[in-house]
Amino acid sequence: MFINNSGVDFTMIVDIQKLSVDYSGIKALDDISFGIAEGDFLGIIGPNGAGKSTLFHCMLGLRTQYDGTIKFFGQDIRDSRKYLSQVGFVPQKPVVDRNFPATIREVLSMSQNSSDSKKVDEALQKVWMHELADRRIGDLSVGQQQRVFIAKALVNSPKILVLDEPVTGIDQYNQDLFFQILGELNTKEKISIIWASHDLDAVERLASKVACLNKTLFFHGISEEFFSDDEMLKKYSETSMQMHMHHH
Amino acid sequence: MTFEAVSYESIPHALISGIAISLLCSVVGLFLVLRKFSLFGDALAHSAFGGVAFGLFIGIYPLWIACAVAILSALGLTKIRQKFDISGDAIVAILLSTGLGAGVILVSLTEDFEFHDIEEFLFGSAIVDTQNVVAILAMAGIILTILFFTYKKILYSTFSEEQAKASGIPVEKMSYLLIAMAGVTVVISMQLVGVLLISALFVLPNVSAMLYARSFKQTVILSMSFAVFATVSGIIMSYQFEIAQAGCIVLVAAAIFIGSLVAKGSGLVKTAGILAK
Repeated sequence: MFINNSGVDFTMIVDIQKLSVDYSGIKALDDISFGIAEGDFLGIIGPNGAGKSTLFHCMLGLRTQYDGTIKFFGQDIRDSRKYLSQVGFVPQKPVVDRNFPATIREVLSMSQNSSDSKKVDEALQKVWMHELADRRIGDLSVGQQQRVFIAKALVNSPKILVLDEPVTGIDQYNQDLFFQILGELNTKEKISIIWASHDLDAVERLASKVACLNKTLFFHGISEEFFSDDEMLKKYSETSMQMHMHHH
Repeated sequence: MTFEAVSYESIPHALISGIAISLLCSVVGLFLVLRKFSLFGDALAHSAFGGVAFGLFIGIYPLWIACAVAILSALGLTKIRQKFDISGDAIVAILLSTGLGAGVILVSLTEDFEFHDIEEFLFGSAIVDTQNVVAILAMAGIILTILFFTYKKILYSTFSEEQAKASGIPVEKMSYLLIAMAGVTVVISMQLVGVLLISALFVLPNVSAMLYARSFKQTVILSMSFAVFATVSGIIMSYQFEIAQAGCIVLVAAAIFIGSLVAKGSGLVKTAGILAK
């Protein structure tokens, strides 16, 4: 338990200290430190190549070569992978073989602790996909598949959801639906969310906190502070432009 | 003699071992097909052939040597593939050609070698003795039991490696387990259909089933049914017409696939399947 400035108790879910990642001598992340408390909705913004996916890969144990420490629920993730049962992950874009012979219900049941069909039904209801439960996963649109992956992440009753640019390539209707679901999960279910996005408008609308990343963390704090700070926004767009030029 | 037909006396043994092998091949093969590794069974069989030849060369019962060689070479190459980022089809080609090449050299070095010694491994044998039937049933039972307890993890690793890893599933261990089970399956199946036709039992029933099935459960049940039907009718045809059983089994499996394609193409089958646009 921690006490914040207003004297309210809150529980720290993620605590990252001095995280650095090096790809063959090139820094992908440089001395990143921040935390995620219970109930936080943290939007991670940053241009392409800023290190957002690398950060998530480290957090999810997909990358183990890094300096610094990452703690989930107070425990260093190098010591145990048990924390993953309380973390739901929604990847950047679903790579689903459209001929993969599995129904939505079966996809949700693939998780380790999800033999309980009631939990599967509940998770599908939360993302409004319960009526399609027996459809083949490959028959769905990309937007619907992403909702299924949120449901999949919810089956094990996670404390935190990690979403890596989940709405890339999804139509506006499904994006709006997706954001509505995320908002409800955060406010009603009290699930903490860490969400990487390019969409500043959506982050401003949904996230309670913002982390601005470009290999280093040049802002981490309350969302309103970031979006009302013209200097900060100018710095962000300049950085994005530089990265964009660099990529081309 | 080569391309032996099933005799009346050998029918019960052939049917019992054939049904066990076809059930096993269809389930193990499904995971390989879904991983876009359809020819891996073939590659394992060819490296197992190298093991058979080595067994004959040193005078030890060749099937056990084949089992060890198939599993060890597949695991070793999988490790190399991961470390050096070599594509799956290249690994299949390496395994297949190296196994066959080593086998041919060892066969040429074996003194008093007679072709009959390896023909049953190349083309399958109509004669399975009681001891072998028991061994096949025991191995099939063990592998099917392991699969029953691990299939969800293997399926999740097959569906999305990244998501499976992120949910704490030991994806690499599951891959090694699948390869080891495929190796054993190949070796015990060699007796029925032989090295040269083994991938048919791994692939054809599964691809046919995927044309009809909407779910994983349906795919498994249909694939098993097709494989058992092909094996039983292949054995009966072999006895009836005095022709080689391995060829009969494979051709019945191929006929099921072609029939399914026709049914699908003519609109008789409405379900989304492997050929769906």
